[in-house]
Amino acid sequence: MSIHARFFLDRGDFTLDVDLEIPGRGVTALFGRSGSGKTTVLRCLAGLERIREARLTFNGETWQDDTQWLPVHKRPLGYVFQEASLFPHLRVRDNLLYGFKRLAPEQRRLELDEVANLLGLADLLARYPDELSGGQRQRVSIGRALLTSPRLLLMDEPMASLDVTSKGEILPYLERLRDELSIPVVYVSHSIEEVARLADHMVLMENGRALAQGPLQTLLTRTDLPLAHSEQASAVIQGTVAAHHADDHLTELAFSGGRLLVSQQDRPIGAPLRVRILARDVSVALNRPDSSSVLNPIPVRITQISDDPHPGHVILNLVVGDYQLLARISARSRRQLDLSPGQSVWAMVKGVAVA
Amino acid sequence: MLGISDSDLTALWITLKLAVISTSILMVLSAPLAWWLAHTRWRGKVMIEALVAMPLVLPPTVMGFYLLVLLGPRGAVGGFLEDIGVGHLAFTFTGLVIGSMIYSLPFVVQPLQNAFAATGGRVLETAATLRASPLDRFLTVVLPLARRGILTAAVLSFAHTLGEFGMILMIGGNIPGQTQVASIAIYDHVEAMDYASAHALSLLLVVLAFLLLMSVYGLNRRFKVVGVA
Repeated sequence: MSIHARFFLDRGDFTLDVDLEIPGRGVTALFGRSGSGKTTVLRCLAGLERIREARLTFNGETWQDDTQWLPVHKRPLGYVFQEASLFPHLRVRDNLLYGFKRLAPEQRRLELDEVANLLGLADLLARYPDELSGGQRQRVSIGRALLTSPRLLLMDEPMASLDVTSKGEILPYLERLRDELSIPVVYVSHSIEEVARLADHMVLMENGRALAQGPLQTLLTRTDLPLAHSEQASAVIQGTVAAHHADDHLTELAFSGGRLLVSQQDRPIGAPLRVRILARDVSVALNRPDSSSVLNPIPVRITQISDDPHPGHVILNLVVGDYQLLARISARSRRQLDLSPGQSVWAMVKGVAVA
Repeated sequence: MLGISDSDLTALWITLKLAVISTSILMVLSAPLAWWLAHTRWRGKVMIEALVAMPLVLPPTVMGFYLLVLLGPRGAVGGFLEDIGVGHLAFTFTGLVIGSMIYSLPFVVQPLQNAFAATGGRVLETAATLRASPLDRFLTVVLPLARRGILTAAVLSFAHTLGEFGMILMIGGNIPGQTQVASIAIYDHVEAMDYASAHALSLLLVVLAFLLLMSVYGLNRRFKVVGVA
């Protein structure tokens, strides 16, 4: 189960040359700046863009090669555009059912009611698109794509045109989709927060090329890639809710490397929880600190120390359980503590963002 | 009735019949042309656009004259039709329909082209990702969204045909009961100094035109008014 895509396009001022292996499950983020070719790749996957030198197979079926071409409307995919692009002449209900009606009954795996509940659309069905807020419109467009029971969901920065409030409104729905639907999602984004929150797998795009592709965790912490050196450099830890400490308004997360305290989360014990830890929020100490306000001291081992583009800083790769953390500390501290790879230290995690 | 003679009523009937038939055929034939003009990137498109707009600037008599020559018994089209036994088209109702269609062509193509141009792009791509075939997309997305342009085109063509004079006189002659339309009948009354009949028929046309337009626009309001995305 996977998608193999090879696209080549030379438009003079822009060259696209990618060879992608996208897993057949989970969320794959196409991440990069605007102009890096993310959207073009997505459009090629959908068949909205037809470039001549291309080869695309989906779970072994050929969608495009030198002799074959499957037109967009015959591909079992859902596509969510940056702007909701609802049909203005149809009510929400008819927008949602547009693709659904065009499926043979035996291909329908989702029903209107389910999708309306999943995305909180039940009260909006009789409205016209111009009577909806931006966030509502985008939810309808996601629902409309889902109702075609796609075997692949493509999303082109579905939150880029939304304000902060609407984004906050959509994100939980996207997380539910990720957790409850078993179809692969390819998600274009230029926001690392979004990617860290949603993606499992990542393709890093730059100037029409795939700079790297692999599991999110790995790419975030690879110091040979630009991500680990950005201001937003971070690592992601996936665990489950282990306990709630209501008095302190804290929730305890269990993961392969131990436990972490995060701000209180309204999720049941055992529920999956993903947190993001910024490199700049991690400092290190040689001994377990007994007198510190830091909530989360974690025993870790240094695996790598690399220079940062900022000459006063170094980046530490720290391993804990199956996970890596990044710590950005000053070069001076590194010298004074005499840190070196292989050494065991305590990571002092100042802030944990629930992703 | 109101001093309107039977021959006037016949002329009115022929006028309405002509407007309905030529508008209907013209709408169907213009749609693909307008679609193509709205979406082609071919550079020669301006030439076609200019040709389509020609009836706007040419005097109707000029077009009528050429059509008469073309469709008459010795014209290229008329002669051919004579040869195959159909008969030429000068001074016939069919000739009138053809003339009216050419005369109204820009009034139909231009609104359709504008409406189609505004309906391209994103909504069509969206429909394609929702499993709609090209024809399906045209019928369920383009046509509903272009509804105002379509209505405008039909109303303009219809109204234009009602008021046609010079071309019809040329190509149709003025045969009562066959090719005599209301506008020409009015002219005849005025020529004969029969102002009372001219008044009656004119007033009837005014009222008819007003009622027609009002009902069309009234109908349009009842639908959901949507901007073309």
